[in-house]
Amino acid sequence: MTIKEAQNEIIDEFALFEEWMDKYEHIIELGKDLPIISTEHKTEENLIKGCQSRVWLHADLVNDKIIFSADSDAIITKGIIALVIRVFSNHTPKEIAEADLFFIDQIGLKEHLSPTRSNGLLAMVKQIKMYSIAFQAKA
Amino acid sequence: METKTSILDIEKVRSDFPILSREVNGKPLVYLDNGASSQKPKQVIDVITRYYEHKNSNIHRGIHTLSQEATDAYEKARKTVQSFTNAQHEHEVIFTSGTTDSINLVASSFGKKHIQKGDEILISTMEHHSNIVPWQMICEEKGAALKVVPINDKGEFLMEGFEQLLSEKTKLVAVTHVSNTLGTINPVKEIIEKAHQKGALVLIDGAQAVPHTKVDVQELDCDFYVFSGHKMFGPTGVGILYGKENILNDIPPYKGGGDMIKTVTFEKTTYNCLPHKLEAGTPNIIGGIGLAAAIDYMNAIGIDRIEAYEHELLTYATEQIKQIEGVRIIGEAAQKASVLSFVVEGTHPSDIGMIIDKLGIAIRTGHHCTEPLMNRLEIPGTARASFAFYNTFEEIDIFITALKRAIKMLL
Repeated sequence: MTIKEAQNEIIDEFALFEEWMDKYEHIIELGKDLPIISTEHKTEENLIKGCQSRVWLHADLVNDKIIFSADSDAIITKGIIALVIRVFSNHTPKEIAEADLFFIDQIGLKEHLSPTRSNGLLAMVKQIKMYSIAFQAKA
Repeated sequence: METKTSILDIEKVRSDFPILSREVNGKPLVYLDNGASSQKPKQVIDVITRYYEHKNSNIHRGIHTLSQEATDAYEKARKTVQSFTNAQHEHEVIFTSGTTDSINLVASSFGKKHIQKGDEILISTMEHHSNIVPWQMICEEKGAALKVVPINDKGEFLMEGFEQLLSEKTKLVAVTHVSNTLGTINPVKEIIEKAHQKGALVLIDGAQAVPHTKVDVQELDCDFYVFSGHKMFGPTGVGILYGKENILNDIPPYKGGGDMIKTVTFEKTTYNCLPHKLEAGTPNIIGGIGLAAAIDYMNAIGIDRIEAYEHELLTYATEQIKQIEGVRIIGEAAQKASVLSFVVEGTHPSDIGMIIDKLGIAIRTGHHCTEPLMNRLEIPGTARASFAFYNTFEEIDIFITALKRAIKMLL
């Protein structure tokens, strides 16, 4: 599945929810399901410090594809992270670098990427792009 | 449950605040983030509109009628603030852009002249970043030391700890009147007395106090008292520095520019007298006038009544929230203003805030610009409901119901 297809799939998934509370319940479930980043990677180096919540992001290059793992101390943030990782993980650095992130806006979670929210998500998305550029340069 | 209070005509009060009738996410707005910023009554909004429609012009230097009217309105606002704080002189009231600006002014101007290597500045553990960082900056510049007065687990200022830290080296004590995170009302009168005995000056951060309680700077005998307009139902971008006349006369200007000068030549500038010496450039004229309108509004309701009603709200909210399993109140000082900070076991404050926002309720979550306090309490942050006199018991019920729902979703 391409990054675009994965995003469209999430948009379809969220179209089922009419109520905000249902949407959040789904995100919370996703957050609970997200594999916790392994302790060795939950380091200060991988920490993205937001004002509200903290996010850890780790990236590995496996067979030319980037595998992301992440965690957050806030569950809604963690749920959104799960979605972001579902979209970007297991793609080549080039695909990630060139991808346009549109699903968060489309499912009505744009506010979570606002700098005022300061939950580490925006910084995480930037970090994902940074990794893709860094791995591209290495290749 | 008691739904009516005889202290305030709450329906009438609420009808003065246009924003309170709007909806958020399809639900009636329940605004419990007054500690961050308060809402504005139409009496303030009207004054602002009317100023721009009828009086707008620059002050202090115009020869025409509009400028005179604008100057009169601005200087009348200063008098209103003087009377509100019971400052001895009008020129002891300096308009600034807010509490942060006021503290920076004192740290910079007082610090420049009076802080030397080896001196000490005392603050408390519960200070807002704006009452920490300016002092750190001047201490760093001058080689002075910043000392921190400890608190107990309830969030109370430890007087013994303060006395131990106070010494002849202490040049200034900067303490908050009311903690924005905990609601603790500090015994500032006693703090000021003790500091003065050692020859130290005292700055009180009143940002969270003035919206809720009567402040008398002469009775407190503080050397500086600072607060913001927007937290007390006035506009953003305006604040006050009260300072004792002799001290303000003594400290150098903070900013240079128009209005603060007596004469300017390329060789030498002489400075204007107070308050203008400390007010460079065109000020936030409408901010000052709007702030005075907010004070008039508060006075019309009665600050004693505001305080009494908010105390009832806080007591009720505290009783209700205590009944929810897993909730821990952060800040249990004996003397508290209307701030209710809490954490819920197994949940993150930001998740609570996000969920109840979708139910129309505005609270604040995070470290509330008090990171060192969070470290002392060993928590990453809190969720904070802060009340104003336009909040109701019904709104507290809505908040409690929403909170229960959020907890259920999260656990």
